[in-house]
Amino acid sequence: MDDLLADFLVETNEGLQSLDGALLALERNPADASVLGEVFRTIHTIKGTCGFLGLPRLERVAHAGENVLGLWRDGSLAVTPAGISLILTAVDRIKLIVAGLENAGTEPAGDDGDVIAPLDAAFHGEAVGAAPPPPRPSERPAAAALLPVPLPVPVPLPESLPLSLPGASPGAAPPEATVAAAPQTIRVAVDVLEDLMVLVSELVLTRNQLLQLARAQANSPFTVPLQRLSQITSDLQDGVMKTRMQPVGSAWQKLPRLVRDLSSELGKKIALDMVGEGTELDRQVMEFIKDPLTHMVRNSADHGLETPDERRAAGKPETGRITLNAYHQGGHIVLEIGDDGRGLAVARIKEKVLRQGLATEAELAAMGETDIHRFIFRAGFSTAAAVTSISGRGVGMDVVKTNLERIGGIVEVRSREGRGTTFTIKIPLTLAIAAALIVESGGERFAIPQNVVLELVRVGEGDGPRVEMIQSAPVLRLRDRLLPLVPLARLLRLDGEPGPTSFVVVTQVGTQVFGIVVDRVFDTEEIVVKPVAPILRDVTMFSGNTILGDGSVIMILDPDGIARATGLAVDGGSENNTTVKATRSVAAERTALLLFRAGEGAPKAVPLGLIARLEDLPAERIEHAGEKLVVQYRGSLMPLVPLTGYAMKPEPGTRQAVLVFGDGAHSMGLMVDEILDVLEAPLVIDRGGERPGFLGSAVIAEKVTEILDCAYWLRLGGDDWFGLEATVKQAPPRILLVEDSAFFRNLVVPALSAAGYDIMGVAHGREALRLREAGEMFDAIISDINMPEMDGYQLVRAIRDGGPWADLPVIALSGRAEPADVEAGRQAGFTDYVAKFDRHALGGSLAQALELRGMTAPLDCPV
Amino acid sequence: MNTETLERADTGIGDASRMVLTLTVAGQLCGVPVLAVRDVLGPQTITRIPLAPPEVAGSLNLRGRIVTAVDLRRRLSLPPRPAGERPMSVVVEHQGELYSLLADQVGEVLSLSPAERAANPPTLDASWKEVSLGVHRLGESLLVVMDVECLMRLG
Repeated sequence: MDDLLADFLVETNEGLQSLDGALLALERNPADASVLGEVFRTIHTIKGTCGFLGLPRLERVAHAGENVLGLWRDGSLAVTPAGISLILTAVDRIKLIVAGLENAGTEPAGDDGDVIAPLDAAFHGEAVGAAPPPPRPSERPAAAALLPVPLPVPVPLPESLPLSLPGASPGAAPPEATVAAAPQTIRVAVDVLEDLMVLVSELVLTRNQLLQLARAQANSPFTVPLQRLSQITSDLQDGVMKTRMQPVGSAWQKLPRLVRDLSSELGKKIALDMVGEGTELDRQVMEFIKDPLTHMVRNSADHGLETPDERRAAGKPETGRITLNAYHQGGHIVLEIGDDGRGLAVARIKEKVLRQGLATEAELAAMGETDIHRFIFRAGFSTAAAVTSISGRGVGMDVVKTNLERIGGIVEVRSREGRGTTFTIKIPLTLAIAAALIVESGGERFAIPQNVVLELVRVGEGDGPRVEMIQSAPVLRLRDRLLPLVPLARLLRLDGEPGPTSFVVVTQVGTQVFGIVVDRVFDTEEIVVKPVAPILRDVTMFSGNTILGDGSVIMILDPDGIARATGLAVDGGSENNTTVKATRSVAAERTALLLFRAGEGAPKAVPLGLIARLEDLPAERIEHAGEKLVVQYRGSLMPLVPLTGYAMKPEPGTRQAVLVFGDGAHSMGLMVDEILDVLEAPLVIDRGGERPGFLGSAVIAEKVTEILDCAYWLRLGGDDWFGLEATVKQAPPRILLVEDSAFFRNLVVPALSAAGYDIMGVAHGREALRLREAGEMFDAIISDINMPEMDGYQLVRAIRDGGPWADLPVIALSGRAEPADVEAGRQAGFTDYVAKFDRHALGGSLAQALELRGMTAPLDCPV
Repeated sequence: MNTETLERADTGIGDASRMVLTLTVAGQLCGVPVLAVRDVLGPQTITRIPLAPPEVAGSLNLRGRIVTAVDLRRRLSLPPRPAGERPMSVVVEHQGELYSLLADQVGEVLSLSPAERAANPPTLDASWKEVSLGVHRLGESLLVVMDVECLMRLG
């Protein structure tokens, strides 16, 4: 059912509910003009809306009723009980049709002549017959038939049998259907929701405060009820948040009309495509984006798209296309406004930039196209451009940008001359509650919004990463990139000498990645962002402030403001190629992860590819075997390992969520509390949170999440996991894995061990070649492509160049497995090319490669 | 908060609009119109706000609301408070936001008679003149009535 219809039903039901009472009051006091006016308005509204929605049956009945009510209102017809009965009959029929509409989404078929005719008769001045007895509900339709009926009635009705009418009357459903279904929605004033949100926010803060107090005391009796309170608070928070969510489509409603008007005004043919209207976001955020959105669509139509003639000349279809796309990504909603028009004219922007003295010729020459495009967001630039019509577009883009930034949003532009322009807006789903990382610098604590934090790096003396200086600019060598650093104490002019060790909070704003250097890092807290006092608005380094669990006030850093203040700003600094590349690689390595909850603390995650199946087992199927728990699973006993606590059978009658690893006879089940989600996210692991069973933590969907160390749990699952040789008839095939990321090694090694392979992992190509020199022999090699020093292509060439390994199957394992990559891999000498985490593909590829060498893959090979 | 204000006003004599809360800044007796006062607090934990105007001492938590503290000594270009002395907070409302005025001591609520009021002496220091609504003769001492709106106009 579309939204309009649903709204109409809610509204109509509300109106109808009060109508009976109002009509009865009118009967008692026919001179009451206010009640009459109310009845008239209700029926009139229904009629009007029906016409708009295309509900002819309802419209006709309402119209007939309205006619009579109109005469009453004008005083040209006296209100009589008989007349009231007529109107009541009409109201009942309206209810009946509305009920049918609610059930089926369309008007039920039927004829209402029996209701309309007497109304029309009354309207045309024919006396309403003797007052019929007040109709009982089941007889209401019949009341009409008691009246003289001069107009043709579709079904010929013997007038002597009036009481048989209800059943015979066409379109009349069983009487109970006339009772309108209770509305499934209620209308609530926005203020009430806002107040609720404020209260919930305060509740969250108080909850945090209590939790902090409880943490300080061991064995506090409050711990358990507090945890319960905490859970309820979180649920309440989610619930209240949901009440504020609206589909983004409601902000788009006016756009088709706008585009239509612009289209005729500008003499252009424009088609508007809207995708993802159902994507929901906070109504407060919605209010903020409505205007920028309208503005950008207007821009696209006005400046972006060409005239039909120009388009024809450019070999494009005459009709220009504006596309709106909305989707969720992490804790953000992404809106894309694109057109297939002429694109941004780089030369013209350059000209303008030079004229306004925003950059020198030399600076412009060093800039990438993207940098030049970004000038359209500069304050003053766009306005001036609009006046002189120099730039292709850009009316008030600085205003759009500022408005979006005010709510923590980002706007970016992608454009190709002649091909079109796309603006991408990324805004947080809600402004009310956010996760923040609490850090300390110069003796003061600050909050950094979690959604911009990519990872944390500890720097200092010793072997770990160190801060290095290029002149006076601190940088950090982080893996393969050079990270510009912003020491927070210096930026905020705080006193205090930095300690021997500090932390770098790797932050991403737009496409810029930089590190904020702080002295200490505390934990993550959920904070309620409150705006700073107006007298502090000039301090651009903070986006707000909040009250922490311990009751103290803390400032929330604005990463965008910091980037701007330090010249890293997206629209100011030059495009640093290495940074951008690094960002892309971070973004490209997205991994499908299964998120689950087990025990206390952060949610946990495991790459989905490692899991064979998810099971939800009834407690009764879980049995004790010695001290362990097992379950009969696919014809054999599968050990169950609890992720937390002890091997306890769940309560009878409950169910147990289990992640199943491995296949066939060698499977193991990991008992978890709850499976939360499956999502794709870049996996950047911070080893800081390392503890047995976990590889560390990563920020996934804005939450710190612990990443499962599968090898650890597989070992716990049974002794035979890594001693499979005994059960396999032949010696297991020996596999060498070359992979620079310890994380991936930790994933692939146990997965293949579990499948019955004898697998050895090394960190880079040179180490692999050293094994060759040392005379080691394998049955197959699996290698990563992107590795420092010697990449996968170089390694495979070195292997194929000769020596004992020259004929070995070498399988490439890569984050990207596009056809072009596969082809490049085969040319370099790889036997096969498999996407990382595609457990089945890897198993299949290995089995195939081994078969060619006359070997059989282990029985449990997960093919 | 409002009831407190009202109560305080009711206990006094005469028109609430003529009543001031007295406070001391570097030895000088000052008054803030009582209708502007929302709360009086003892020494509070104040979080510094880096890069804020120098008059802003920081922000504090008033029962879940964040209140920006303005140090009257700094606002009036007076020497800093001696180490160890902790200021009192007089919470006032300004354009819908709460601010705390940090004073050395907070006194009582006085009802001022218009007859005792005098215009600002021309020799008054500029930073005082800007915020003073007038001077009252109170027996031995003089009381400067401060204009909250002007106090909040920083920089």
